Amino acid sequence: METLGHLAHGFSVAFTPVNLLWCLLGTTLGTAIGVLPGLGPALTIALLLPITYQVAPEASFILFAGIYYGAMYGGSTTSILLNTPGESATIVTALEGNKMARSGRGGAALATSAIGSFVAGTIGTLGVAFLAPVVVKFALAFGPAEYFSLMVLAFITVSAVLGSSSVRGLTSLFAGFVIGMIGVDLQTGQPRFTFGMTELLDGVDVIICAVGLFAVGETLYMASRRYAGKDEIVPLRGSLYMTSAEWARSWKPWLRGAAIGFPIGAMPAGGAEIPTFLSYAIEKKLSNHKEEFGTVGAIEGVAGPEAANNASAAGVLVPMLTLGLPTSATAAIMLSAFQSYGINPGPLLLTTQGDLVWGLIASLFIANVILVILNLPLIGLWVRLLKIPAPQLYAGILVFATVGTYGISQSPIDLVILYLLGAAGFLMRRFDFPTAPVIIGMILGPLAETQFRRAMTISNGDWSVFYKHPLSLTLLTLAFIGLVGPHIWAYVEHRRRRGPEHVPGDA
Amino acid sequence: MSSSDQQAASSRLAVPELLIGVGLLACAGAVAWQTLAIPVSPLYSKVGPTVFPYLTMVGLVVLSLLLILAALRGGWQPEEEKETPTDWKAMGFVVIGLVANLLLIQPLGFTAASVIMFVLVCYGFGSKRTLRDVGLGLILALAAYFGFARALGVNIGAGFIENQLNTVIDAIIGTFGA
Repeated sequence: METLGHLAHGFSVAFTPVNLLWCLLGTTLGTAIGVLPGLGPALTIALLLPITYQVAPEASFILFAGIYYGAMYGGSTTSILLNTPGESATIVTALEGNKMARSGRGGAALATSAIGSFVAGTIGTLGVAFLAPVVVKFALAFGPAEYFSLMVLAFITVSAVLGSSSVRGLTSLFAGFVIGMIGVDLQTGQPRFTFGMTELLDGVDVIICAVGLFAVGETLYMASRRYAGKDEIVPLRGSLYMTSAEWARSWKPWLRGAAIGFPIGAMPAGGAEIPTFLSYAIEKKLSNHKEEFGTVGAIEGVAGPEAANNASAAGVLVPMLTLGLPTSATAAIMLSAFQSYGINPGPLLLTTQGDLVWGLIASLFIANVILVILNLPLIGLWVRLLKIPAPQLYAGILVFATVGTYGISQSPIDLVILYLLGAAGFLMRRFDFPTAPVIIGMILGPLAETQFRRAMTISNGDWSVFYKHPLSLTLLTLAFIGLVGPHIWAYVEHRRRRGPEHVPGDA
Repeated sequence: MSSSDQQAASSRLAVPELLIGVGLLACAGAVAWQTLAIPVSPLYSKVGPTVFPYLTMVGLVVLSLLLILAALRGGWQPEEEKETPTDWKAMGFVVIGLVANLLLIQPLGFTAASVIMFVLVCYGFGSKRTLRDVGLGLILALAAYFGFARALGVNIGAGFIENQLNTVIDAIIGTFGA
């Protein structure tokens, strides 16, 4: 097997003492920011982007990947003990996990989520290693028109299909397009959307955008919502060792969760909500302990979704590494890290940057081992982190936001842009607009434009290139179905059930 | 609840949502204005730098109209979000902290400006122990400054605090180095 040879080589890259240290640093930091509410992997990796100017690509991607996986582990701790899902991916974990913690089985919930994350993360990483070369073979046949259509499909799935409203999701995406277009057009050298300001010629840095939306916006939102009531930390009770009955109830959900999560994550749609909710629904249906769901907390309802979440997080790396197609905010920021090294992720990445890709994949296996150790015996440490009071936590986040932004060019204009984006982020949080499509639109939008113009140049300005190529047409059709299908379905269902009346506020 | 009640409740105009829709329409207008300002060379007349901006503008106009429509039908805010009153005082202190940071970072340097922001934001979030916050903010800002500026080689604005400490550190390194 060719892949095994590559993996062995990858491990030789990842097992150097320095890279192991980066992995340890990344996983520790990742767990910490996953535990802390208000901080996420996208924001953390954005703040650490300047590291790409200092160290080799292998080192920084091993660090970023450790943060990415670590945040998934840490996030479930917060969901279980605090009932405040740090990320949309851990909403389902909070559902049953917090109930288990309240009925004195928090230890078992943490254990099944950490071990399930390990099992599913390892399966998912194996999936990346074996699926990536296959996708690459397929993707080598892609021309600019196919790439553009694939990106359109990804745009529709990340903004319109997932999430509560397609209009609001698309609005976020288009806002991201506008931000991404600010600056000099690389093909013609014309400045766009700069409002005559020289500071904007270089464009808006992704660091500023991510920090503004995720750090400043979140802090403003949390300040505005101080009357909303606080969630209490459930003290950790119960042994961290699972009984044999709990093992017996956990292992099947882990495997099922991994089997649901990885394929969905690996599709150019991404998103952890669908696989986690799907896994939850399936476990609830198959469980012999249905009475525990929603009452004292069922362990299957933690094990399955946690596994699905981690497997889909691994799956997201497949389109990112093979097609250069990020489907989550974190993946989009990792893509901009590639760009900062002058590397273009795409089908050629696996051959031209073999050391980097296989070293990264190998380090993900190592990260999983480190994480299960960090998150089980050392859980007490992370629980203490949860006790950092909100005032100092959010004030500290803003200090780091300043460092990340002001460090780019020591320009107060950057801080002004940061605060404007922070205000936008606050409004988006307040009025239920998803923020991830902004980041994806800003990073992927310019890439889509490049492919679009390339395709149009090759075809001499003939638009039919996008629907005359069968593959491109298929992708665009899928995107169209993704956009319109749910609405037609909802309309038909609605007519069938309640007759022709209006759904209030269905934007 | 009868369907006529629902109809009445849903047809009420939602002002915040309407403002968002109108604001987005204004953004689309700004996009159009800036797109018209892009000079197009005849060489690139087929797919020049304006095609994507125009597509984006059209998308924004359509989306903002859909948002305005949704606002006219009662908006989309979740009930719990509407019921929670906004804590303007807390938000105000956070905003004052951010603005203070923006205005002071050049004259005073990163650390001093950050401590002021830290204390204001903590106060806004309800912390009563201001003196302790000053200490915490100072430790955190210095950690951030030395962690980032010296370790990562990122240059963040140095003020009098950083300069004093840098001199001290350089002196110590100099003494031990010699």
